[in-house]
Amino acid sequence: MRAWLQPVVLWGERRLPALTRYRRPESLPVSLHRRRIYIVPSGFGAGFALLLLTMLAGALNYANNAALLLTCLLGVASAASMLMAFRNLNGLQLSSLQASHAIAGQPVELTLRFTSTSSRDALRLDAADASQVFAMPAQGSVAVAINIATARRGWQPVPRLKIWTTWPLGMFRAWSWVHPDQRMLIWPRAEHSGPPPRVSALVTQRTRPRLGDEWAALRDYRIGDPQRHIAWKASAHHESLLVKDFAQPRGQTEWRLDWRELQGVEHEARISRLARWLGEAQAQRQRYSLWLPDNELPLDSGPLHYARCMNALAEMP
Amino acid sequence: MSRAGTGGRREIAVDNRVFDLLSISIALVLAVHANHLPWWLTASPAALLAWRWWQRRQRHGRVPRWIKLPLLGLLTLAVIGSYGSIFGREPGAALAIGLLVLKAMECESTRDVRVAVSFACFALVSALLFRQNLVTTVVVALAVLPALATMRAMEPAQRPASLPRTLLPGLALLGATLPLALLAFALVPRLGSPLWGAPTPDEARTGLSDTMSPGNLTSLLIDDSPALRVSFDGAVPTRDLRYFRAYVMWDFDGRQWRRGRGSPEPAAPLEATQTITYQVTMVAPSRRRILPAMDIAMAAPPNARLLADHEVLANEPVTHSFSYGLRSALHYRLQPALDAQRRRRGLELPSGFNPRTHALAESWRMRYGNDDAAIVTAGLTLLRTGHFRYSLTPPPLGRDSADDFLFDTREGFCEHYASAFTVLMRSAGIPARVVTGYQGGYWSELGNYLLLRQSDAHAWSEVWLRGRGWVRVDPTAAARPERLSQGAAAALGTGRDWYDSPWLEGLRNHWDIVNRWWDQGVVGFDALRQRGMLTQFGIRDTSTRTMAVLIALTCALFMVLGLVWSLWQWRRRDSLREAFGVLERKLAQRGVVRRRGEGPRDYLARAARALPAQRDLLAQLSTDYLQLRYGADEASPEPLRAFRRAVREFHAARVVQ
Repeated sequence: MRAWLQPVVLWGERRLPALTRYRRPESLPVSLHRRRIYIVPSGFGAGFALLLLTMLAGALNYANNAALLLTCLLGVASAASMLMAFRNLNGLQLSSLQASHAIAGQPVELTLRFTSTSSRDALRLDAADASQVFAMPAQGSVAVAINIATARRGWQPVPRLKIWTTWPLGMFRAWSWVHPDQRMLIWPRAEHSGPPPRVSALVTQRTRPRLGDEWAALRDYRIGDPQRHIAWKASAHHESLLVKDFAQPRGQTEWRLDWRELQGVEHEARISRLARWLGEAQAQRQRYSLWLPDNELPLDSGPLHYARCMNALAEMP
Repeated sequence: MSRAGTGGRREIAVDNRVFDLLSISIALVLAVHANHLPWWLTASPAALLAWRWWQRRQRHGRVPRWIKLPLLGLLTLAVIGSYGSIFGREPGAALAIGLLVLKAMECESTRDVRVAVSFACFALVSALLFRQNLVTTVVVALAVLPALATMRAMEPAQRPASLPRTLLPGLALLGATLPLALLAFALVPRLGSPLWGAPTPDEARTGLSDTMSPGNLTSLLIDDSPALRVSFDGAVPTRDLRYFRAYVMWDFDGRQWRRGRGSPEPAAPLEATQTITYQVTMVAPSRRRILPAMDIAMAAPPNARLLADHEVLANEPVTHSFSYGLRSALHYRLQPALDAQRRRRGLELPSGFNPRTHALAESWRMRYGNDDAAIVTAGLTLLRTGHFRYSLTPPPLGRDSADDFLFDTREGFCEHYASAFTVLMRSAGIPARVVTGYQGGYWSELGNYLLLRQSDAHAWSEVWLRGRGWVRVDPTAAARPERLSQGAAAALGTGRDWYDSPWLEGLRNHWDIVNRWWDQGVVGFDALRQRGMLTQFGIRDTSTRTMAVLIALTCALFMVLGLVWSLWQWRRRDSLREAFGVLERKLAQRGVVRRRGEGPRDYLARAARALPAQRDLLAQLSTDYLQLRYGADEASPEPLRAFRRAVREFHAARVVQ
């Protein structure tokens, strides 16, 4: 939208809420219907109309009825394409919306699921600066992924979505606004580099490899492997002997990450540092816990734990 | 379930399918214009288009400017060299299709293609300025389909379809909108006078000309296009009376007959004994003022006048299909008294021409004395018995054309016969003149009209006999009676080509009925017809305002139809849901309203608690419903009927209570 138009539109939305009722947040699912679909001729449509007028004038001037008939036919067909554009949107339903994990500054992938009873072509979706095109099969649903740029961590509203089409001839542009009342949580950005967690936070726990641990894989027998590690049953189906290979447990540490230990660091920088430590701990498959002023996450590991911790960080005031 | 692609550019580059369809559209434009442009002005753009198509197949990209600009110059030069100007109908069309092909050179974005496609539509419709018959119109309407398909193909994210299949939606669109288009066509107010210059009358004259020399009708006699359609009030005249006079020619210079100066004298006196009333439609605009009339017109229609020799002359050249009503005398005495000046004119011959014809005429005059009728008979007998042959490709005649024809070549068609015979009569001292027009024609039983083609053009003579006035004499008929009874093709005798076979001719004659319907209903639908049509609906005032109101009303009507269509949502009927809805309403009447988000089981359980008297029944309904809804993908019909019956009876139970 042009910059000079923005204040006018904002004023209009404030003064005439009825006009913009469908631009306010609403809960899913949302079906497009005649009250919220708008149509205007596109630039091409206007140009074609001008051309048709020229043809009309020419046909009338030369009293050429065959040309007049064809001009009428083209004109009516173009006008009918307006109804087809409308029908292409009418009844389309946005049934659900899902945001991927995203870190501030990186785009978040929104997955929108549309359902429809009839098939549709050439639908376009605009959200913020991104756009996407999709088609619908009959009696089906389509997941449309769209990337939206993010700037800062925390809860953010899903931007207003514009679903539009110029189907079938490109002469009319039908559109509808959808503003789902959903939020997406953007994780904080990790700092590039910084000090490692303080040593006191690292509790190293020496564990020796114990037999009976979950074995990770099968590998070929090497001379010197203990006999009881041979997987007899599996080897029976194989040409050579197979040996149960156990994950080599490294020095397992426990990272106790604590908000309080970063006294004197600026608020956002603290969050960035914690985010970096969380990332490192996750990458090294450590067990870690996180203490925040209003939240405490006990010792654990795995992607779910990581997501929980990052969510907690993102939600920090 | 599918996942949409990841491309999301707004200005998509044009893919091969779009360019193929655009190329087809432009090729069709070239094809519909090929008829009236020189062959090289069609062939070279076609070659250029083919090259561009091939070039774009190899590598996408615009053709560089250093190729386009010289081509533009070349095109302009070619058009100017061919027509002498870039203005006018033919040069305009040539320039337009040349520019269209040049536009295809740079089509790489949707914007370019849209401009090209719009222009192609314009060029297609402009082909109708040259010919507006039914076939051309249908061909042009079908040629619009690739253009519509091109517009469609530019839309992103479509389900794939084969190239021919992409044309079908356009056809459906045109078919569905045809009724409204016809209505709009009928209601658009026609202009009383053109806003700017209409086509110049010099262009494309067809039909008879106002001069005649042996051989210049040949092009007409092989032209099978319709010239006149005549419908008669009352009995149809017999074939030997179907002479339609156009031009009466007095002046002969030894080679060419001319109409001469149009004398302002009043029409010659006419004593009619049998008259006929009829309507003539000139199918092809002749761009001349003469209106052919049956032998012999008694009065002129409106906007025309009757000349001294009973030629009918319109006030304006006929520029489009045009109808007029006339009354003619079939048996008559025309100008029983010939004044001296006219008599002199009717005997005038250039001196020093045709000595042998003179000698023959003088010998006859010696033999028959004053009996002019006998001399006429002798002349006809000479033609009948002198081994004359009818041919459309006769050998050329020399300086003494009548001598050469009567004594040497003896081969020719109506012009040769009429010219030689008239010279012979004048040499014998009988006032005579040449008349050209149409003769014969095909009577269409089905359409109830007489069709005269250009090939029915004919020339004959009129001689003045004392006491009888001007008498029509057809020397060709004397020599070849088939010419009269079966038309020019029959008179040729041998050498019929396959396309002249009788069944094909019959087919052509029947096809003309369709053409007549088209010409009357569409091509000839002018302001007058429009008023006539509206009068039938009780609308007498046909001012522009009334028409505007009518158009607005019609548009509103069709808008409503369109809205109904577009708002109609095809929902599969779910009779189980409907039945449950009925149950819901019944329960709501008794105060158990289904809450938002409440499932059927909870709802019916709550209803059972609220209505303990019918607890068992409701429990049964709940079980049945859940079984029907979730037990199988498709509810089986018999339990469904039972459920609906139970819901109906639930209502009855309440009354009992």
